[in-house]
Amino acid sequence: MKRPENLGFRLGTGLSGLVLVLIVAAIGVELFRQSWLSVAKFGLNFWRTDVWDPVAGQFGAFPFIWGTLYSSILALLIAAPISLGIAVFISELSPNRLKPVLVFLTELLAAIPSIVYGLWGIFVLVPAVRIVEAAIPQPLKALPFFSGPPFGLGMLSAGLILAIMVIPFTSSIAREVLKSVPTAQREGAYALGATRFEAISAALYYARTGIIGAVMLGFGRALGETMAVTMVIGNNAKVSLSLLAPQHTMAAVLANEFSEADTALYLSALIEIGLVLFIMTLVINSLSRLLIWSMARPMKAAVAVTAVPAVESA
Amino acid sequence: MTFGTRRRKCVSSLFVAFCAASVVLALVPLAFVLFFVVTQGIQSVNLAFFTHMPAPVGEQGGGMANAIVGSLILVGLGAVFAIPVGMLSGIYMSEYAGTRLASLVRFAADTLNGVPSIVVGVFVYGIAVLPFKQFSALAGGLALGVMMIPIIARTTEELLLLVPGTMREGALALGATHARAVFSVVVPAALPGIVTGLVLAVARVAGETAPLLFTSLNNRYFTTTVTQPMASLTVQVFTYASSPYQDWHRQAWAGALVLVLMVLACSLLARFATRRLESLSSR
Repeated sequence: MKRPENLGFRLGTGLSGLVLVLIVAAIGVELFRQSWLSVAKFGLNFWRTDVWDPVAGQFGAFPFIWGTLYSSILALLIAAPISLGIAVFISELSPNRLKPVLVFLTELLAAIPSIVYGLWGIFVLVPAVRIVEAAIPQPLKALPFFSGPPFGLGMLSAGLILAIMVIPFTSSIAREVLKSVPTAQREGAYALGATRFEAISAALYYARTGIIGAVMLGFGRALGETMAVTMVIGNNAKVSLSLLAPQHTMAAVLANEFSEADTALYLSALIEIGLVLFIMTLVINSLSRLLIWSMARPMKAAVAVTAVPAVESA
Repeated sequence: MTFGTRRRKCVSSLFVAFCAASVVLALVPLAFVLFFVVTQGIQSVNLAFFTHMPAPVGEQGGGMANAIVGSLILVGLGAVFAIPVGMLSGIYMSEYAGTRLASLVRFAADTLNGVPSIVVGVFVYGIAVLPFKQFSALAGGLALGVMMIPIIARTTEELLLLVPGTMREGALALGATHARAVFSVVVPAALPGIVTGLVLAVARVAGETAPLLFTSLNNRYFTTTVTQPMASLTVQVFTYASSPYQDWHRQAWAGALVLVLMVLACSLLARFATRRLESLSSR
């Protein structure tokens, strides 16, 4: 096996593998280098202050991180139960003939480009949300979550559209995780006289780490989602608890203001937002993959799916 | 006892109902999106949409010829950047599966796959736009390429692992070098699947807007010069959707329809190819 051709083969393929590793490293290094101006000037205050006024040279990114976390958590609250329901339905309840159809349809939901969701969001979802918001009864309006005029464009629309986009992703991973629960486990539960709910909740409990991983991976997706969110959230850098208020996210401010950044400091501040978004998704994704791995190690196929969700039909 | 059983059964039925309802809840937006894209888009998709240039503001009609060609060029550039690196790293991961570098590459691929597309755009802006002070199609293609690499690498790896080990061993036993065994026997056997991976990677990045916003930017005119800013279908849809003009909104819907049809065609094609491969490898 020690032939020079073999060494050449190993080197050649290994080098392109190294290129892949280097790209990831380069993203981190490059973003850090380009954002240095802003990091050095503002330090941690960048993330604590909430005045974003490029004209006056004031950059406080708190509204963006707030909007990103708020919209993603909102999306998660909506998407997590529904995704789990779908995963359970497809893997445990649905008749065999229906399965591939449902898998295909949820995959289609994942395949629709973000910009198409955004377009639909502007012209269909936002007007519908506006009608719902206008119908919120007065007593509820007293709550901070429902204060303010009904614009349609705002946090609620963003959360909804993010939820729609995260559902197929989380549900397909949750489904794979459920697959790795041994059949004997369910059979045992049924043999003891368990109802469907009891048997499945035992399976869900068995798969809990993987399920948490699946939900977190969906969260990671939601954090970085750009086009659809920026088209429906209203792009207003104001921190608010209200679901009705137009707000902003980290990804959205990059999409909107990057090509207009006219000073070095402005550009650097925007790139720092990108850097933090990169670090956040990196941490969330690695953590969730770790959870899924620890769960699905016996099932190699499941791990593959988490990496390349689109191939999951294979 | 009977009361308890009834309660348990009731909870169980409620749970089943909840799961079924979740499926319906997810399919409703899908139906709505497809319905609007098709009904709104079909009104504006005509021959002119594919062959004409965008009309000046205020003038009716026009098409997205420049953006369609632009998208094709950008995705093509991305594929040129991504296919060699992606496939070779995939081969490395599957052939040297146990090594430390292989796990590192796998980790990097999964990480890169999770990096938000807008961040990829910022990165490529830093390395390919800022130094040259010029938005260009090359930068856009590079951004798309960076997004394609992990998809191609991971599918190549997975599919090479599906090829029966006996085939590789047979080639090696006949005296083939490792490279020969891989490139003449293992890769061809997995080729339909690898092509699937490529198609899926193309389908995924063809719908991307965020990484193009400040790399290839946009262009009102027709160009095939890769060192110039270039229009793309997705950025054009974004521009039109955020405009106040009715006619541009119609064009945006038409663009969305073309995008959705393209993605749909790709995923059907990919599905078909993997089916065939699976039936081959299970034989």
